[in-house]
Amino acid sequence: MHIPDGYLSPSSCAALYAGSAPFWYMALARVKKALHTRLVPLISLFSAFCFLIMMFNLPLPGGTTGHAVGIGLATVVLGPWAAMLAVSVALVIQALFFGDGGITAIGANCFNMAIVGSLVTYVCYRAMAGRSPLASFRRVVAAGLAGYLAINVSALLAAIEFGIQPLLFRDAMGTPLYCPYPLSVSIPAMMIGHLTIAGMAELIVSAGLVALLQQSDPSLLKATAGAATTLKELGPGRGTRRLHTLWAGLCTLMILTPLGILAVGTAWGEWVASDFSNPAIRQQIAGASFQQPAPEHAPKGLEQLSQVWTAPFSHYAPPYIRSATFGYFLSAMFGAGLIILACSLMGQFMRGLRQ
Amino acid sequence: MTGHHHGRIRGGFIEHTIEGLHAAMDKALYAEHSASASGLLQRLDPRVKVAALAAFILVSAVTAKLWVVAAVLLLAMILAALSSISLWVLATRVWLTTLTLSGALALPAVFLTPGTVIYRVPGLDLAASAQGLRTAALLVLRAETAATLALLLVFTTPWTHVLKALRMFRVPVVFVVILGMTCRYILLMLETAHEMFESRKSRTVGALTRGEQRRIAILSTGALLSRTLQLSNDVYLAMQARGFRGEVFILDDFRMKGR
Repeated sequence: MHIPDGYLSPSSCAALYAGSAPFWYMALARVKKALHTRLVPLISLFSAFCFLIMMFNLPLPGGTTGHAVGIGLATVVLGPWAAMLAVSVALVIQALFFGDGGITAIGANCFNMAIVGSLVTYVCYRAMAGRSPLASFRRVVAAGLAGYLAINVSALLAAIEFGIQPLLFRDAMGTPLYCPYPLSVSIPAMMIGHLTIAGMAELIVSAGLVALLQQSDPSLLKATAGAATTLKELGPGRGTRRLHTLWAGLCTLMILTPLGILAVGTAWGEWVASDFSNPAIRQQIAGASFQQPAPEHAPKGLEQLSQVWTAPFSHYAPPYIRSATFGYFLSAMFGAGLIILACSLMGQFMRGLRQ
Repeated sequence: MTGHHHGRIRGGFIEHTIEGLHAAMDKALYAEHSASASGLLQRLDPRVKVAALAAFILVSAVTAKLWVVAAVLLLAMILAALSSISLWVLATRVWLTTLTLSGALALPAVFLTPGTVIYRVPGLDLAASAQGLRTAALLVLRAETAATLALLLVFTTPWTHVLKALRMFRVPVVFVVILGMTCRYILLMLETAHEMFESRKSRTVGALTRGEQRRIAILSTGALLSRTLQLSNDVYLAMQARGFRGEVFILDDFRMKGR
């Protein structure tokens, strides 16, 4: 799943670097706070460990071999933020010193595997392990499945990044400038290998090593053991920590917004008055409505009411911005910003009322 | 299942892993050796090298013209020749591996990309298009160019200097420290893993079934994990013994000199 150089356009690479940056920043800020603890050598050694297990070719059931990435285990032992750093460091060293994965694609690879991978592992592991005791078999299963899911989500992200390249970047002759495979090819090509081989390798390594740690050093599993054991350690800041996760999720969604452009057709029931006189759109409406033909003219009420208000960012594409992707992105920022502003004003108001 | 009928599986996993570990160690050793040789790039300030090579990689990524990418690759080859890195080394250590990986990914594009058909494979429903050929060539050339440039940096600069140069790009100190520590311990752990598998190989008589191989793989990974944790504990104690209190200092002593 290591994306090589030349498969993603520089703008996609830049976008994924930008997407990774806030997560790295937060992860580093957390590690900096804990710099006096044993976290620094632990992260370093763990990333060396991840680097190594990427070289172990596991013989898998069915006669193939595959290697694990170590996201599952790193997240269970270090927690999502430190795991993000450990896997990122391993990926940087692989790209820089060993030529595995592109230099320009470091941001993309870190985003897919280190960042999204560890967040997915963390959420799944916590959800599946629940409050079970540290030594329970349920934790072994949870770690294995979380690792399996994380690898597959990362692979799906990489496949989407590959697949949108031919849609966005072609020269005048129609030659794709970067990855030439559309989504219909890239998603099955990536997912077949990962749902079976790579996912299985990660599952075996995560589950096997969590089982081993349960016997040799269960205290290492405490970091992600769940509410029962971590409430005390987390202390009063717990509420804001939860919020941080939400902020991070919001950021990811905003970065992913340009994907919306790829959707074909019109959204059912979101037609504008002029759509009813456009034959192509009329056909789309009929197709989406069980072949019921659309009315000849736009409904009167729709026509009248549509004059009342013209949105500043009509169709999520501000007229003064040429790039549709950037316009979409800007619309997402603006929309989310407005909602955050409205919510914080409402919060202020409610607090005022209570006092 | 016995090794008799499955000669290829015989010790396959262990040998395969040893080979991989050996290749990585070999590469690291070669880098250390060539970084201390005398040549054009070895004499340059690491910051200049990082900036210049990154700029070249960017040029080859941004351009849509094949000849520009080829020109950058040619430039990289000339720089390698001037820095006492032989083209044979580049061919065997960089180009071949990149070609197998990137080539395998790029080859189907020749046939899958719609466009002007220039060749039809006889007997098959496959047609190579001009656009497909161009896009595959772009992919392979770009990957080769970036890999060559990255390894030029690694082969001509001690890794401690590469890390220090990263500070120029405002990479946070903590990240550089973790990166440096990881680099150091990767070499140590490569050796540990290598020894582990060598000794396992010398104790293995006859053939292993796939299940046994898998068991060995998991157990070795587990053993390596416990060594990792022990080592991290030792390193932490050593850091404390040397007075580490959470502040990080790195020596920033690069100076530009006139030539």
